[in-house]
Amino acid sequence: MEVLIILVPLALSLGFLGLLGFLWSLKSGQYDDLDGAAWRAIADDAPASDQGRSK
Amino acid sequence: MQAEIDFSHYLRNAGAGLVHLDLAVEGINCAGCMAKIERNLSTIPDVTSARVNLTDSRLALEWKAGALDPALFVSRLAELGYKAYPFERDDAETLEAQRAQGLLRRLGVAAFAAMNVMMLSIPVWSGNGSDMLPEQRDFFHWLSALIVLPAAAYSAQPFFSSALSALRARGVNMDVPISIGIVLALATSVIETINHAEHAYFDAAIMLIAFLLAGRYLDQNMRRRTRAFAGNLAALKSETATKFISPTEIRTVPAAAIRPGDIVLLRPGERCAVDGNVIEGRSEVDQSLITGETLPAMVTPGSAVFAGTLVRSGTLRVRASAASGGTLLDEISRLLDHALQARSRYLRLAERASRLYAPVVHATAFLTMLGWLAYGASFHDSIVTAIAVLIITCPCALGLAIPAVQTVASGALFGSGVLLNAGDAIERIAEVNRVIFDKTGTLTLPELDVANLAEIPGDVVSLAGRLALSSRHPVAAAVARKAGAASPLPDIQEEPGQGVYGLHEGSPIRLGRPSFCGADDLANEILCRDPEASVVAFRYGEFRYVFAVRQRSRADAADVVAELARMGIAVEIVSGDREPAVRLAAEQLGVHEWRAGVLPVDKITRIEELARQGCKVLMVGDGLNDAPALAAAHASMSPVTATHLSQAVADAVFLGERLGPVLAAVKVSRRALRLMRQNLWLAVVYNVLAVPIAIAGLVTPLIAAAAMSGSSIIVMLNALRARAREAV
Repeated sequence: MEVLIILVPLALSLGFLGLLGFLWSLKSGQYDDLDGAAWRAIADDAPASDQGRSK
Repeated sequence: MQAEIDFSHYLRNAGAGLVHLDLAVEGINCAGCMAKIERNLSTIPDVTSARVNLTDSRLALEWKAGALDPALFVSRLAELGYKAYPFERDDAETLEAQRAQGLLRRLGVAAFAAMNVMMLSIPVWSGNGSDMLPEQRDFFHWLSALIVLPAAAYSAQPFFSSALSALRARGVNMDVPISIGIVLALATSVIETINHAEHAYFDAAIMLIAFLLAGRYLDQNMRRRTRAFAGNLAALKSETATKFISPTEIRTVPAAAIRPGDIVLLRPGERCAVDGNVIEGRSEVDQSLITGETLPAMVTPGSAVFAGTLVRSGTLRVRASAASGGTLLDEISRLLDHALQARSRYLRLAERASRLYAPVVHATAFLTMLGWLAYGASFHDSIVTAIAVLIITCPCALGLAIPAVQTVASGALFGSGVLLNAGDAIERIAEVNRVIFDKTGTLTLPELDVANLAEIPGDVVSLAGRLALSSRHPVAAAVARKAGAASPLPDIQEEPGQGVYGLHEGSPIRLGRPSFCGADDLANEILCRDPEASVVAFRYGEFRYVFAVRQRSRADAADVVAELARMGIAVEIVSGDREPAVRLAAEQLGVHEWRAGVLPVDKITRIEELARQGCKVLMVGDGLNDAPALAAAHASMSPVTATHLSQAVADAVFLGERLGPVLAAVKVSRRALRLMRQNLWLAVVYNVLAVPIAIAGLVTPLIAAAAMSGSSIIVMLNALRARAREAV
C-alpha cells in the first residue's frame, strides 16, 4: 500500500491540472461562442486572423 | 446613409495602439458566412483581428489606431451581403454574461471535485464490504474532505448567498433547504471522519452542488443568449439622430450619443430618437407609437415630442431633454414605479413549494431524531440518522424541477420568436385567463399599408410607387413600399406640403394631396367608406387614382383571437385611439369587448378591476402609454417594434409581423407550468419512497448518491418534454 504515497498526490495533481486547464479555457473566452467553435473545427483552413489571437 | 454615421461613440481603445469595434451583423447563420467575413476583413491592411461570434451574430474587429475609417468595414460587409451596425453591450447584458460565466466557473470547480472524490469514494464503498483497513478508510475520507470542503465553499456560494438574503427578508426559498442540507452533510461527514466512522457524505454533497449548478448555468445561459439577441435587434434598428454640432453644421450620430441639451434636426419621414421639446418648425406628427392615437397631431415650438414620434410634413428642431417636462412622460413614470412595486410581490412556484417543503422536511428530520432517542438509540446514532433524512430529502430533484423546465421552455419560446425578459415570465403567462390587446402597433402593424391595392391596376401602382420614392412623406413611403418600387423617376420636384410632380414620357405626373391632383371627389368617396384612412392621390395625364393608406391588422390577428377564445381565454381591446378606429378593428377581428380613448391611468384601472374579479390578465401592448399597464398586468408582452420603455417592462418581447408568438407563448408556458408541477410531484414521490429508508437508518452514502442522481436525471428528462416548439 506504500504505492499510495505516489499515486494519491499524482491523482490529485492531475485532477488539479485538469481544473486549471478548464479555468484557463474559460478565461480565454473559449465558451463564448460554442456554435462557431463547432464549425471552426471542420473549416477548410483557419482564417489568417486566428493566428496569434490572444483574447 | 450608414457610412455617414459617426462611429467614435463605439470605438474602444484595446491597448498597444489598437482600436476595438463590435458590430452586430445581420444574416450570419452558417460557418460559410463566418469564414467568408473573417477571411475578407483580415485581408484589409492594418486589421489585426476579425473574429465572428456565430452564437451571438457579432463581429469583433481590431485594427491599428488611426489607420482605418470604421465605415470601411460596414461598406465591405455590405459588399459581402451583410448588414452591419455598430453595437454597444448594455449593462443588463454584461451582467447576465458575467453571471453565466461565474456559474460556469463554479460548475467546473464542483464537477472536477466530484470526479476526484468519486475516485476515492468507490474504493471506500467496495472496501467497506470487504477487507479495507480502518486507517485506509480514514485516509480516503480525509482526502475527500481536503478536496470537497474548499470546492464546496467556493462553488456553493450562489446557494448560500441567496438563502441568506431570503432568511434576512424573513422568507424561505428553495436555497434555504439546499444550503442547510449541504452544510449539515459536510459537517456530519467531517465529524464522522474524526470519529473513524464507516460513512461520510462528501461525494453526495459535492454531486448535489454540481447538479444544481448545471441547472442554474443552463438557465442563466439561455437568459444571456436572449439578452444578446435583444441587444442585436436594438443595434440593427440602428437608431440615429441628426445632431447640430454647430449652429449650421449637422452630423448623423447614434441616438445613444445624444446628451440632454443637444439640438436635433428632424426631417419629414424620420422617426424621432430622443425625447425633447420643439424649438423651431411646425409639422404634423404621428404619435401612434406613444399614445395609440392614429390621427396625426400638430406640433409647434414648445410642444413636447417623444422618442418614436414620426414626423410627417415639416422639418423640426428639437432640444433633447433628460427628465422631460412633458406631463405624459412624468405621469407614465409615476404610474410605472407604482405598478412595478406591486409586481415584485408575486410568489413563484418554487417559493411556494419551498414554503411547504422546508418545514415538512426539517420537522421530519427532527421527529426522526426524537423517535430514535425514545427507541433507545444513542444520541450520536439518532443525530446521524436525522441528518441522513435531511441529505436524502435534500432537494436535488426539487431544486432542478423548475429551472430545468424553465430553460427548456425558454429555448422553445426563443425558437417561436418570443424573448423572455423576466425570470418568472413563463409561470405568469401560463396562468392568464384574459388577454388585453392594445390596438395600434400591436393588433395592427406599426407601418402604414395601402388598403385598396386590389382596385388599382398594377402598372399604375408601380408607376405611382416610383414617383413616391421622391417624397419623404410617410404616406407616400407606404405607397412606394407596397409597390416594391426601387428606381425613382427622373426630374421630379417637390411642392412642400402638397406633393411631388414632374413629367413622365411627355405627360404630367403628380402624387400628393387630393386637391393637388384634382381628385377630391375620388378621395371623398374613399373617406366616406373608411374615415380612418389617409388618402394620397395620383394623377398621370388624365388618369386619376386615390390610394387609401391605413394601418393594417397583423395577418394572423383574427386567427389568434379565435384560437385564444377556443382555449377559454377572453380577449379584449383597450386602446388610446378614437372610438371609430377601435370599433372597426374590433369588428374585423371578432372581439366583442373593447374600449377606446383610454388614458394610461384608466388602462391600469381596468386591469385592477379585472384583477379584483379574479382575472389574470395578459397585457399585450407597444406604446409609451401602455407601459404602466404592461407593468400592472399579471403578465405582459410587447412587439419588438415597441418603445424602449414598454419593451423594458414587458415580461416578453415577440418578433416579426405576426401575432402568432403571443399564442405560442401562452401554449408553451402552459405546457411548461404543467411539466413544472409534474416535476415537483416526481420529486415528492421520490421523497416518499426514500424518506422511510432514511428514517429506518438504512441509508448508506452509496444509496444517497444513487438516489440523488437518479431523481435528478428523471426530472431533467421530464423537463426535456417542454422542448416541442409551437409553430407560428
